[in-house]
Amino acid sequence: MLRKIIFQIFALNFVLLTSAQSAESGGMPQLNPEFWISQVFWLVLTFGILYLVLSKLVLPKISDNLETRKSQILENIETAEKQREESEDKIKQFEKIILESKIEAKNYFNDRRQEVLEDINKKRIALEKDIDDEISAVEEEINKLKNTSGEKITKIAIETSSDLINQLIGEEVNNSSISAIVEDQSRKNKERQHDI
Amino acid sequence: MAANPMYQFNVYRIGPEIKLGEVDISFTNASLFMVISSLTILIIFNLSTKKKSLIPDKLQLLAELSYSFVSKMISDTAGSKAKPYFSFIFSLFMFVLFCNMFGMIPYSFTVTSHIIVTFVLAAFIFIGVTIIGFIKHGLGYLKLFVPSGVPLILLPLIVVIEIISYLSRPISLSVRLFANMMAGHTMMKVFGGFVISLGIVGGWLPLSFSVALTGLEILVAFLQAYVFAILTCIYLNDALNLHH
Repeated sequence: MLRKIIFQIFALNFVLLTSAQSAESGGMPQLNPEFWISQVFWLVLTFGILYLVLSKLVLPKISDNLETRKSQILENIETAEKQREESEDKIKQFEKIILESKIEAKNYFNDRRQEVLEDINKKRIALEKDIDDEISAVEEEINKLKNTSGEKITKIAIETSSDLINQLIGEEVNNSSISAIVEDQSRKNKERQHDI
Repeated sequence: MAANPMYQFNVYRIGPEIKLGEVDISFTNASLFMVISSLTILIIFNLSTKKKSLIPDKLQLLAELSYSFVSKMISDTAGSKAKPYFSFIFSLFMFVLFCNMFGMIPYSFTVTSHIIVTFVLAAFIFIGVTIIGFIKHGLGYLKLFVPSGVPLILLPLIVVIEIISYLSRPISLSVRLFANMMAGHTMMKVFGGFVISLGIVGGWLPLSFSVALTGLEILVAFLQAYVFAILTCIYLNDALNLHH
């Protein structure tokens, strides 16, 4: 209902307005040529000035600025790329240095170990030689002592025996007979030892 | 008579009558809005290009975005050969856009709603494009009217149609913009009149229509400026890259 009323009013209004307008000015003001030349003149003037100012002053500035920004960005990207490559090189160098120093450290360690081992070996050999020398010297001494000990024991035995006999009997006995007896005894002892 | 929806398109003299010989070139409300639109464009773009910073502020961004918008439009439709005409198409787009947009302010005047203004622009473009075409291709530009791959019998008809369509370009270009602007503003005026005549009881419906129409008209104002500029690019493309 309401819509119908509105439509009726719309139609009525339109008819009224169009009739009123056509009665008033005889059509569209656009088709009235009174100010056509004035409009064209002012259009050419304003648009001409606008075109001249924009093309000579404003637009070159904008395009310049856009260009500089573009080139700046490209430059920055280039620099960033270069720096990235540099840092990659640096990383490679760093890794190489680490690897080299690791190898160096290993070599150094090995060398030192070798040296120490050699040193130890040398010292051990020297020590063993010393010990051997000492042992052989001592053995020699023992041998010498062994050799001389028999005679000394025999001599002591003879002296002791003669002293004993002297005290027991009170008489001097011939040394040579005593020594014969002692030697005989010691030979028997030796033989007994050998038997065992 | 303010109730007349066509009243808004009346042109009247502002200030004294200026005569150049016999010709009346008085400053009118139409002239005023042409000057206002041009000045606004120049002020905005001068301010936005004053400091050329690497990171743009809002105004500079506006200028650069509109620059790249028009630049992309031209290179998409007319190719790289149209570079020298960039300034003209940019000025044209901005001028039509700002005239349309200033027309959206209540009690203002819409410069582009006058057939004479749009026709002068369109005729200038038409003549300019035709001259460019003949300079670039000589008489070969006439090949534009002879599409390739058309049967010989149909050719006379096609050529006539092509010539008529070519010659009607300035009319279609100017009437499109003028009619869109005039129709939109008339419709808004009519609905605005309904709000008054229906009063507080029934006026809400046309009022809401008016609000919606305002949004639509702002869209149309932009769209028609864009269409005007892009058709100019297409005509320019025909003149620069003759391939039919």
